[in-house]
Amino acid sequence: MTRPVGVRSEPLLEVEDLAVVFHGSRGDVEAVSEVSFSVRPGEHVALVGESGSGKSVTALAVMGLLPLRSTTVRGSIRYDGDELLDLDARSRRDLRGAEMAMIFQDPMTSLNPVVPIGVQIGEVLQRHKGLRKTEAREVSGDLLGRVGISDGKRRLKEYPHQLSGGMRQRVLIAIALACEPRLLIADEPTTALDVTIQAQILELLRELVSGTGTALVMITHDLGVVAGLCDEVHVMYSGRVVESAPRRSLFGEPRHPYTGGLLGSIPRLDSARGEPLTPIPGSPNDALPWTHSCAFAPRCGNRVDKCTVQTPALRGSEHVSRPGDEQALRCFNPLDTREAS
Amino acid sequence: MLRFALRRLALLVPVLFGLSVLLFVWIRVLPGDPARSLLGERATPAGIKQIRELYGFDKPLLEQYWAYLGQLVRLDFGSSIRDGRPVTETFFEQFPATVELALFAILFAVVLGIPLGYAAARRRGEAVDGVVITGSLLGVVVPVFFLAILLKLVFAIQLDWFPTSSRQDPRIDATHITNFYVLDGLLTREFDASWDALVHLVLPAVALGTIPLAIIVRITRASVSEVLNEDYVRTADAKGLHPPVVRRRHVLRNAMLPVLTTIGLQVGLLLSGAVLTETVFSFNGIGSYLFDAISQRDYPVLQGYILFIALIYSLVNLAVDLGYGLFDPRVRVS
Repeated sequence: MTRPVGVRSEPLLEVEDLAVVFHGSRGDVEAVSEVSFSVRPGEHVALVGESGSGKSVTALAVMGLLPLRSTTVRGSIRYDGDELLDLDARSRRDLRGAEMAMIFQDPMTSLNPVVPIGVQIGEVLQRHKGLRKTEAREVSGDLLGRVGISDGKRRLKEYPHQLSGGMRQRVLIAIALACEPRLLIADEPTTALDVTIQAQILELLRELVSGTGTALVMITHDLGVVAGLCDEVHVMYSGRVVESAPRRSLFGEPRHPYTGGLLGSIPRLDSARGEPLTPIPGSPNDALPWTHSCAFAPRCGNRVDKCTVQTPALRGSEHVSRPGDEQALRCFNPLDTREAS
Repeated sequence: MLRFALRRLALLVPVLFGLSVLLFVWIRVLPGDPARSLLGERATPAGIKQIRELYGFDKPLLEQYWAYLGQLVRLDFGSSIRDGRPVTETFFEQFPATVELALFAILFAVVLGIPLGYAAARRRGEAVDGVVITGSLLGVVVPVFFLAILLKLVFAIQLDWFPTSSRQDPRIDATHITNFYVLDGLLTREFDASWDALVHLVLPAVALGTIPLAIIVRITRASVSEVLNEDYVRTADAKGLHPPVVRRRHVLRNAMLPVLTTIGLQVGLLLSGAVLTETVFSFNGIGSYLFDAISQRDYPVLQGYILFIALIYSLVNLAVDLGYGLFDPRVRVS
């Protein structure tokens, strides 16, 4: 897993103090807040958390795909130095598909059922590369080949319902990578697929992004996916980042009880037969409001009195974290007691 | 596709046969007597008997039906009891008027209904949506004859923008080939005749198209709202496509499927006669002729017209089913 990571290079994407508020009929809901992270070219970053933790919303905010009328996005999202939240809709469209692309969770529903896949790949090339229809078709055929669909040229005429789930996800990957984006966001790209296909798709993604300098944001609830692919991990719970760490230290020494719980609930081949998995008790619905407590407290084995009356801040090892700080933690009583606050 | 169409066409034979039986019995069990209504108040028993014998109404039902079926096989639909004209002749004289009216009514409904429904779905819950939805509700509940008379009063009589009645100004000496007046004008290059027929169509088409318009608006709004939430629309947005491309290729193409079905059904309904509209605007379609045939128990006309309408209704439905395949590859018939 050595790849020429430009560790010292400027971040391509810098998210700082991001907050997303949904305005619903029953009042406002803050889906995400105080989320900060950064991604450098060639770097692979994971956002990890259960459903409802705000990781997909964060991704949609970066892409500019949240509905304008019913959401407010605050904070800062800088791409290549430009503040995306200051751009108008047209400029953001120019970036989408060309500079930044996204792969979605469910390949069964993410392709238009009534349009041939060739058109669905080709249209992004026509839009951003100014290719003509015939040229776009040519390139689309090659792209299908690159994502492992043989006889790509002939299959351009096929419709999504003629393809399997794995094939469709390959098509979506081809669409995302068509314009060679510098930032790729993959939102649970393997969740909806069979286990055997999951590994293939991950391998394909790894192959396609490694060595190209493409920055990858992988959104997942599956730490197994993270282990094989990502350098940096941000664990989210109930809309906030609770722990940020390089992959190695996160897996070796998880600090946040939630991270520990996630790692503990992964089935392992080397565990003794019949040994039960250790799930995290409760569900994300049990979360407390972050305003005056730790949201994870009701499910936490390390809970102390403070947890239900005070909001833990996200701190680096010595100080309150800067955006994209490599290691940060939001906990009063972390798993490793050496640094307990 | 061809085989599918042929199979469906072949299926029409038993359907129409069954319908002819039903119609035959149903019309005859209706109270009333064609001979009596033909002769009017001064009918004598002898006169009635004479008429009944003339048309064979005195024979047993089965025998009557057998004779009628024999005619049908030879494509002979008989003649009207009232005016003696062959059913096929009057039908093909009047039906083009009804078709013309129905097509323009549906055109009006589609051209206005789909954009309005789309706009309402896009701005769901906003003022635009409210206006469109309220308007479409009004469109459904206002009786057609009331709307027709209102339109005529305001736009034909008060403002004098449109003619009050008929299909064409009688002073225009138009040549008629197909009896589709707009088309005839184009075919014979008598463009003023075409234009005049078109102007005559406006008010009746608006009156007749209002209910289909309201229905199409509502179906489009519901369908587009649903499609806007689909993952593939988000995928299209994630590609940074221009909004018109997203709208046309990704939203409307999917949202049109239920709308297409509705349009087909509405065309069928409009073809089966727009009696009220045709009456208000003295538009010589099948509507008023059929209406009179019902009230006077003109059996041959009723049977013939309804069979024709059923046939055409089925053909329109077949066209819609085939049209479905153009929009949705999943139902494309092989």
